[in-house]
Amino acid sequence: MLLSRVLEEKLGSLYRAGGRIVGGVYLGKGQEAFSAALGVQLRKGRDIYGPLIRDQAGRIAFGEPILDCVRTYLGAVTGPMRGRDGNIHRGRPKEGHLAMISHLGSLLSVVAGGLFARRLSGTLADSIGATSIGDGGTSTGAFHEGLNMAAVEKLPIIVSIANNQYAYSTPNTRQYACENLVDRAAGYGIEGVTVDATDLASCLKAFRAAADRARAGGGPQMIVGTLLRLAGHGEHDDASYIPDTKRQGASARDCLQVAEDFARDHGWMSSADLRELNEEVRRNVDQTVSKVSKEPAPDPFKENWQALSCAELVEGQHEA
Amino acid sequence: MSITYLEAIREAQYEALRNDPSVFLYGQDIATFGGAFKATKNLSKEFPNRVFDAPISEDAMVGMAVGAAVEGARPIIEMQFADFSSIGFNQIVNQAATLFWRTNVPCPITIRMPSGGTAGSGPFHSQSMEAIYAHYPGLVIVTPATVEDAYWMLLDSVKLNDPVIFCEHKFLYYHLKADQIGDRELPIGKARIARPGRHATIVTYSAMVHEALRAAEELQLDGYQIEVVDLRSVKPMDTDTILASVARTGRLLALGEAFPWGGVTAEIIARVTTDGFHLLDAPPMRLNSKDTPIPYHPNLWKSHRPTTSTIAAALRRLLRN
Ligand SMILES: Cc1ncc(C[n+]2csc(CCOP(=O)(O)OP(=O)(O)O)c2C)c(N)n1
Ligand SMILES: [Mg+2]
Repeated sequence: MLLSRVLEEKLGSLYRAGGRIVGGVYLGKGQEAFSAALGVQLRKGRDIYGPLIRDQAGRIAFGEPILDCVRTYLGAVTGPMRGRDGNIHRGRPKEGHLAMISHLGSLLSVVAGGLFARRLSGTLADSIGATSIGDGGTSTGAFHEGLNMAAVEKLPIIVSIANNQYAYSTPNTRQYACENLVDRAAGYGIEGVTVDATDLASCLKAFRAAADRARAGGGPQMIVGTLLRLAGHGEHDDASYIPDTKRQGASARDCLQVAEDFARDHGWMSSADLRELNEEVRRNVDQTVSKVSKEPAPDPFKENWQALSCAELVEGQHEA
Repeated sequence: MSITYLEAIREAQYEALRNDPSVFLYGQDIATFGGAFKATKNLSKEFPNRVFDAPISEDAMVGMAVGAAVEGARPIIEMQFADFSSIGFNQIVNQAATLFWRTNVPCPITIRMPSGGTAGSGPFHSQSMEAIYAHYPGLVIVTPATVEDAYWMLLDSVKLNDPVIFCEHKFLYYHLKADQIGDRELPIGKARIARPGRHATIVTYSAMVHEALRAAEELQLDGYQIEVVDLRSVKPMDTDTILASVARTGRLLALGEAFPWGGVTAEIIARVTTDGFHLLDAPPMRLNSKDTPIPYHPNLWKSHRPTTSTIAAALRRLLRN
């Protein structure tokens, strides 16, 4: 959580300084507990994870090195996306970390397909899949199709919905008309629970239980976390449309603060420990950014410009 | 013994399932029922647990195929009609088509699309989607016109490590028969001279190949020898074979059943005029459907699409120029 927060703050400041980061920066501030609590349930190499925009913390918890993140944001040719895609649109599918496309809702069926194929080939064993979405993304047809299909196939998949009350500037009231998004779980014939997403301990419990149920053959598991997005939609956005009453409400608690207080209150970490951890994390982030800054940018003359894996079918290969 | 175009598609899927345990079939009504056109008849019996009914969710069907491909499977997705692939459009052009380029992980999926018009099918069960998909990088678009190609190109498509849009023409399903399936002659990406000639070239694909051949017969009576090039795959498009043909004849008619704006015939003309302008003895021509949705009533439908007689008329104009 802390690493995610510090890393994202760094990305935000690089963005504001200009020049280094091409394109947008999308932060998960306030959503780290909910995201990480899912990520830690998953085992890299065995489970399939389809993270979305606000899942920096979940990606770290899953085992993605922050080097992959920084390289993708800076467009370094050394990164997993080699400058061909950027920021949050990254992954290593062969390691079970799917690379989201922008189109919200469309990752769910892809995770489901991976699980389906494993079941067919007899390699599913106790692996599960997981993917995230926001309140806004639940309104897409793709999300509905994917979830219904996963339910029909009774696939072991966790669907994590971060209800941060806004989709860009659109509030929940303009997004859906049911009482609570979790009510929809019944309609899909799947399990669904709600959790206070600002509270790490509750999130961990909820996701652990969901992962256990999924591994035990309980089919798709929906978890709706309630919280507030503590940043703009992206770093270009000041989120002035979020009223002060909301900003001061309970859902606006900072999950990182809550988790730190919890650790201190339980005597797991002292304030000094936390300070030290903070400094260590900062050093790690700074070193990573300065390492990547020296790495080569993609060279259009070395790029092969082939969208097909079968090179013989790529058009224009023999032309001047 | 003879085999239809549709049976060839079933046989190819049988072979694909038999040859490779990573192949599975997913589509609406394709398991016990055998598919809306019976292209998967008995396959679920012959390959238990390899042929699955899908919910009516074209988006999720394609998304699931991509996820399965990442895990090493080679799914064949049946769209009930090509027209409904519009619901899966996003997954096809954004998920499947970009996967390899973005992540270096190949995406070996085959999407079968029962395409094209038949009498009485109307605006939403008659469409030809090849140009839409050909527009996007990262996809291979095949359009078989013969029983052999239906069989071999489907098998080749499944083996290919890239997403293939397999446009099978419904009009040919039952009408087109072969005595047997011969040897595989050409790979995907190579066009075929369906009829040699020297006065003009028709470049076309799918069901229009047969209309073109009939029009060429008609022109033969007037003493003209018309060459017909069957593209077989519209992407990649075998520009070399097209140019070589135009070099022989000096005249080009690009023919397709799809809507007229842009599309495959426009692409043919663009390539020939940019790479082979000097080969042309007359301005090239295009013939497509009319620029309206596809009509229901046979009288209207027959005049909406190119037919032997409109093709023959176009050829006569082309030869007069
Ligand atoms: C299908 C689709 N439509 C529009 C967008 C543009 N878009 C990107 S993020 C976003 C808001 C998403 O809101 P939500 O799902 O609640 O997630 P949050 O940003 O709150 O985490 C929109 C509209 C998109 N990415 N995909
Ligand atoms: Mg939201």
